Amino acid sequence: MVENSLFRPLQTALVLILALIAVALCASIAPPALQRTVIEALIKLTVVVGLFIFVGQSGVFSFGHVAFMAIGGYMSAILTLAPARKATLLDLPGAIEALQLPWPLALVAVIVAVGVLATVVGWPFCRLRGIALPMATFALLIITYVVASNWQQVTGGRQALVGLPRYVGLWTAFGGAALAILVAAGYAMTRHALMLRCSRESEVAAAATGIDVERERLIAFVLSAMVVAAGGVLFSHFIGTITASTFYLDLTFVTLTMLVVGGMRSLTGACAGVALVSLVSELLRSVERGVAIGDVTIAAPPGLQEIVLAALLLAILVLRPAGLLGDAEIGWPSFRRAAPATATRQQG
Amino acid sequence: MIVLQNLIDAVSLGAVYALAALGIGLIFSVMRLINFAHGELIMVGGFTLYTLAGQPLLVMILAALLTSTVLALGMERVAFRTLRKASPATLLISSFAVSYLIQHIVLLAFGSRAMGVAFLPELGTAIDLGGLRIPLLQLVTIAVTLVLMAGLVAFFRLSETGLQMRAAAEDFTMARLVGVKANRVIAFAFAISGVLASIVSFYLVAQTGSVSYKMGVSMVLIAFVSSVIGGMGSIAGAALGGFLVGIVSVSLQAYLPVDLRPYRDAFVFLLFVLFLFWRPDGLLASRADRDRV
Repeated sequence: MVENSLFRPLQTALVLILALIAVALCASIAPPALQRTVIEALIKLTVVVGLFIFVGQSGVFSFGHVAFMAIGGYMSAILTLAPARKATLLDLPGAIEALQLPWPLALVAVIVAVGVLATVVGWPFCRLRGIALPMATFALLIITYVVASNWQQVTGGRQALVGLPRYVGLWTAFGGAALAILVAAGYAMTRHALMLRCSRESEVAAAATGIDVERERLIAFVLSAMVVAAGGVLFSHFIGTITASTFYLDLTFVTLTMLVVGGMRSLTGACAGVALVSLVSELLRSVERGVAIGDVTIAAPPGLQEIVLAALLLAILVLRPAGLLGDAEIGWPSFRRAAPATATRQQG
Repeated sequence: MIVLQNLIDAVSLGAVYALAALGIGLIFSVMRLINFAHGELIMVGGFTLYTLAGQPLLVMILAALLTSTVLALGMERVAFRTLRKASPATLLISSFAVSYLIQHIVLLAFGSRAMGVAFLPELGTAIDLGGLRIPLLQLVTIAVTLVLMAGLVAFFRLSETGLQMRAAAEDFTMARLVGVKANRVIAFAFAISGVLASIVSFYLVAQTGSVSYKMGVSMVLIAFVSSVIGGMGSIAGAALGGFLVGIVSVSLQAYLPVDLRPYRDAFVFLLFVLFLFWRPDGLLASRADRDRV
């Protein structure tokens, strides 16, 4: 993997954020239904970029990050719901029931709490090798799902928690996505990310050069869990309700598809994957609603959307296993890169 | 008495898990693919029974066996053959996609509601055995599993294809070098996993009396866990893992405090994670599975 410049990831991030601004500006004058789709895509972008921080740099798949979305969403719900509503829906200890934080404070608290939790969970997880680590993350997803859908007192069990403050609009979602991209790019510039990418190419060689693969994986795991949890918070407060079954296999599949389709080794790829999958889903959703041709409305049966997404993922895996973009990142137009390459990386 | 009853429950559930885990373990042993779409082989077997409900029993059973097997061979040919050189994680993602694809095709065709099927309802009756009331289904399940396993052991020990599959499980590259045909061995593994999957579907349909497009998912998750516990790539390990998970599930169901019982699956998967810390390669790991440098 060639690093042209220390600030290359930052350039990429700025270009991506400029593109997001363009998308958000277009969406701000679009009809509400389309605007909602864009908001949802921006939130998914936050999640997928968070996933990219771990999966993209370490090369290890995680099936468990959606669990952090769920944990983040539920924590934020409990911290922001009105005490009276909590009293009717849940059965919490008095102090927590009475607590109602303003949403920014709740968001920060959730991110910190998930960071601690991810450290506790990730520390033993990251010591696992080979296929055992993805399997353990899978187990994390299932455990979280089972607990969330049964813990009546805290999560409301199988019923949805309703009445979350719906503070997430277009620009909040944009802010979340832009921050996630900056965090991912900022992390990618550190020596930790470089060492982790090294272990992705060859775990044995990395260990032989003195890289503590377990530690580097843990750092990325915690950081990515925090970003994904923020995505989960935004997601819950965008919809206004939260159910355990939202955060299970289907969402895991969709977010992984987004990451893999665009190219899981590249930040640009992660963003491109979200854009492509969201676009395809939206088109198919409108076909499912029905297309009027003259007097006849032709509607595709429900399920078509998922079929096309799965076929898309399979086609990409077969034809372009590295994803649409592979390793490539977007940068400034090339004439700006004529400056002497003084900032070559020293570490290895 | 209760202990004995629980034991029979555990063994019969373990038998089903073992059959499901065998299907997954078999494929993994020859091509390092954790086949998430195995659940869909089970589901499609169930839907064949649903479509043919009312036909003679033999027709239903043979048709379900055939559909699952053909689907297993089909997914190998269309999706997995081109990905043979990919990493296990990429293969797992692709099997995720295959699973999602088949689920939603069935959803499109049959809708999302669970539908009732009367398949062997007479197996629901319990028989009296020295004071124990044992559902006939459990006895049949145990018997069928034992026969199938004996058949598989005979196949692996006695037939040439079986020998080739064992060789491929041990070291695939080496096996190919001495003349084992990769496509043939892998196709055989998929065919067997299809047969095993449809037999699991018989159990599920007879037990629940219904089919739905998600019916394979929870079984495949358990089968995953079982085959990892047994040792990925070890065929005997998959069977052992299935029985162990069955015993653990039934024990948790029986002995957890009542408030905690809804969390049974969470405990199963928690124990699984703890197990991974202890033996990440499983109980009977095949030696060839470790990376050599």
